[in-house]
Amino acid sequence: MKISEEQVRYVADLANLSLSEPEVHKLQADLDEILGHIERLKDIDTTDVEPMAQVLYDAAENDTWRADCERPPLGTHTALANAPQSGDGYFKVPKVIER
Amino acid sequence: METASLSVGQIRQGLQARRFSAVELAREALRFAEAQNPSTNAYLHFSPERALNAAARVDEKIARGEDPGALAGVPVAVKDVIVTKGLRTTCGSRLLAGYIPPYDATAVERLEAAGGLVLGKTNCDEFAMGSSNENSAFGPVRNPLAPDRVPGGSSGGSAAAVAQGTAVVALGSDTGGSIRQPASFCGVVGVTPTYGRVSRYGLTAFASSLDHVGPLARSVRDAALLLGVIAGRDPQDATSAAAPVPDYTQSLDGNVKGLKLGLPREYLKDLTSETGDLIAAGVAALRKLGCEVRDISLPATDYAVACYYIIATAEASSNLARYDGVRYTFRSASSGTLSEMYRNTRGEGFGAECKRRIMLGTYVLSAGYYDAYYLKAQKVRALIARDFARAFEEVDAIVAPVSPFPAFKLGEKIDDPLAMYLSDIYTITGDLAGIPCMSVPCGKTAGGLPVGMQILARHFDEPNMFRLADAFERASAN
Repeated sequence: MKISEEQVRYVADLANLSLSEPEVHKLQADLDEILGHIERLKDIDTTDVEPMAQVLYDAAENDTWRADCERPPLGTHTALANAPQSGDGYFKVPKVIER
Repeated sequence: METASLSVGQIRQGLQARRFSAVELAREALRFAEAQNPSTNAYLHFSPERALNAAARVDEKIARGEDPGALAGVPVAVKDVIVTKGLRTTCGSRLLAGYIPPYDATAVERLEAAGGLVLGKTNCDEFAMGSSNENSAFGPVRNPLAPDRVPGGSSGGSAAAVAQGTAVVALGSDTGGSIRQPASFCGVVGVTPTYGRVSRYGLTAFASSLDHVGPLARSVRDAALLLGVIAGRDPQDATSAAAPVPDYTQSLDGNVKGLKLGLPREYLKDLTSETGDLIAAGVAALRKLGCEVRDISLPATDYAVACYYIIATAEASSNLARYDGVRYTFRSASSGTLSEMYRNTRGEGFGAECKRRIMLGTYVLSAGYYDAYYLKAQKVRALIARDFARAFEEVDAIVAPVSPFPAFKLGEKIDDPLAMYLSDIYTITGDLAGIPCMSVPCGKTAGGLPVGMQILARHFDEPNMFRLADAFERASAN
């Protein structure tokens, strides 16, 4: 077994994801199978291979720099328009600090 | 007016000859699309006001004798992971069911500046995660050619709309095959351009090192036209390339004699017999056109699915962290504390596939696993890119299947995530390497299901990719 239900709960905690018990069971089985397939990466030799984090092609380093100039921002009203709860120009969330 | 089979060129001619106005065309296209939509669920919502306003601007330009733009009056469908100012953009997710973006994606801005009409937003797998369009929170899309089958995914709505004729062209997004695979399943053309060729500003991020915006169309010419409009440097996306954008239609000259093509043996192993036969017939047709086809090997292919599902999910787990109940419309009713708000919003908001990918991505990045999974996958990605670079030293383009099989039945694979992931094998390699690739129709099975042929080319060599696809399309029509 590659992953236990205990680990599934731990990872869900890292991901800030609430899961029901049936979801934990199903994810354990699914992830176990997928990680089983991923095991095959052990078989390919990557000695001296540089990791590839981005697609690179021949271009000058500063090709994609933009001019450093001011632009009008979205504005508070627009930025808050999709917030489930806002007030006084801020995003509102449940109380974080108890008095 | 018959709008279901119009091409960009026919619309241009019709407008110039004053056979119809852009507003008349937009009205008829909207009427037809809204009437047809219940049979496929391709569109999630329509934008009649926006389309009609854009059409009126096109008519005004024509009346003034001005150039109305390369896409004047062309009805376009936009995948609902691409943001549209003031027009609901859901990403196929319950989390964003009410999200109204405050800005337009660059690709949308450019196609509208060229006279295109955004008819509406198309259904897709939630946050573009899926290969069947069954992961949409708003119901699956049915394949217009076979209503009991999937249209492919994740750009299933865009592919179905173009196939059904409810849009002339469409925008999709591709991270692991999400444009090419549905294009192949629906019998249309789908293009994943070179990484960086089209700005991703306004494309909802899934896996940023792999995400692309690209066109779907009923012909290679229309896809090439749309790409020409949306491609090019954008100061809003630092990963967009500065390389000049050629006129892609100039390369549709049929001049493919002597082109060297590679047929990778690793891509022919697991095909259904009908798909294999159709691809073989396609390759024979290319030979007949004077192309020189040789067998090549891309040895790292067997590791591509494993590599992709580490990198894509790792990036996704980070990109989807923003949907936590603070900024984006949905917040769980059970949000007593901040932590409960985060967890319950995400637990209630995300569908099963997104949760699976967030979990896998978080796991492979978690302490103690980074080197074994993420770093290893990045090295394997380099090997996959190297395979292509070596192949392109001896061939001008690579031809391959898009999918091991044609459109499958709704529900057939939804309970087996690994099988679904494995079906992406032939499309994810192009995304990992960042090279341009496309699907072009390559005949139908005895049961009438379309099969797509994939063409892959060197970075920024869209011209040769289109040249080959166009010649093949014309040969297939004869």
